[in-house]
Amino acid sequence: MDWQDDGVILGVRKHGETSAIVSAFTRSHGRHAGLVRQVSSKKLRGIVQPGNLVRLNWHARLEEHLGIYSMELLQSNVAPLMLDPGKLTAMMSACALVSAGVPEHEPHPDLFETLSSLMVALDHDDWPSVYVKWEIGLLAELGFGLDFSQCAATGERDGLVYVSPKTGRAVSAQAGRPYHDRLLALPAFLLTGEVPGAADLVQALKLTGHFLNRHVLAHSSKALPDSRGRLMDRWLKA
Amino acid sequence: MNEIEQVIQLLSRLPGLGPRSARRAALHMIQKREGLMRPLADALDRAVENIRICATCGNIDTHDPCSVCTDPKRDDTQICVVEQVGDLWALERTGAFRGRFHILGGVLSALDGIGPEDLNIESLLSRVGPDQPVKEVILATNLTVDGQTTAHYLTERLAASGVSVTRLAHGVPVGGELDYLDDGTLSAALKARHALES
Repeated sequence: MDWQDDGVILGVRKHGETSAIVSAFTRSHGRHAGLVRQVSSKKLRGIVQPGNLVRLNWHARLEEHLGIYSMELLQSNVAPLMLDPGKLTAMMSACALVSAGVPEHEPHPDLFETLSSLMVALDHDDWPSVYVKWEIGLLAELGFGLDFSQCAATGERDGLVYVSPKTGRAVSAQAGRPYHDRLLALPAFLLTGEVPGAADLVQALKLTGHFLNRHVLAHSSKALPDSRGRLMDRWLKA
Repeated sequence: MNEIEQVIQLLSRLPGLGPRSARRAALHMIQKREGLMRPLADALDRAVENIRICATCGNIDTHDPCSVCTDPKRDDTQICVVEQVGDLWALERTGAFRGRFHILGGVLSALDGIGPEDLNIESLLSRVGPDQPVKEVILATNLTVDGQTTAHYLTERLAASGVSVTRLAHGVPVGGELDYLDDGTLSAALKARHALES
């Protein structure tokens, strides 16, 4: 068994003295692990870091074997993020969410493209809103898309300020008033594209966090990643 | 399993030794039983009895507190935070740092499930309180994603203490040629450039 594919490295776990088991999210083979030998070598140590985009060659005798990865760097996404705690935490959070939420060996080419784009976009100024919208895209890709197009109760397209925690559909201010304390807040920047404040970003993370927990992570008994919690803490303190 | 096989099997568990090299090492020791094997066995026996983990910094020594923590010639105002004891030894080899150390015992890792409570972070915070002489904490974690994440986390936790928190520089290594450096190192070196003094 051999294949070649592009992938974003999600995680690296040391295996023995000189090897590591690398998990990558690939375009055509989904989330896939492989053994990388001599991972601490000068050639590889800068490459085998979460977030980097690499070209992978996977080789194994049988498909169900762990297999051996060899790789070359296509884009060093992580280096520009290293000095910025917020961007680095967001990158770690995205990798951890894909690791926890996407089943192994299940191809999601669109999600691969958005994850690759996110890794590049994290180095830009508008990265917080891009990150939140990526989480909404992740939910959609995994079959739990949120619908902010119209009010679930009245069909109104204006005045949408809530989201139903059960259906993930938007609810207008008027229709949602009696259930105010049971509905999730819908931050305006998700509808208008305006620049969000820290409070809006926290609300948005609470919104996506609810559905990630409920639909994506609950089945595997996993919790939201620590890095995502640290990202929210940063925005809470801002 | 006889005694010789047991020695070979135990040696083969050491880092850098496989079964073949363990067999060679065992044979070498057997041939020099009095000159090497017995002193080694005695030294290992004494080490097992006497080695302590320093309650202050997490270093390995035969005393607690360790010789680094009790050395009166060291600078009490600086603490260098490293991941493992091997990192402390590496910095000690340079002779460039004469402050105190603190060993975290690892780094934050989402994949391995290592959180702040698994590392020696609380003991570090207790060393930089207002009644302590520490003025600077140097974060010398590895320049990996996990190492850097840990450094950012520590910076946040140390912010309230009022001490200066610094980070090891990273960029072009001594003797490094730009053509052979990876993109990440080059971009980090460019970002961390500084003015030359005339």
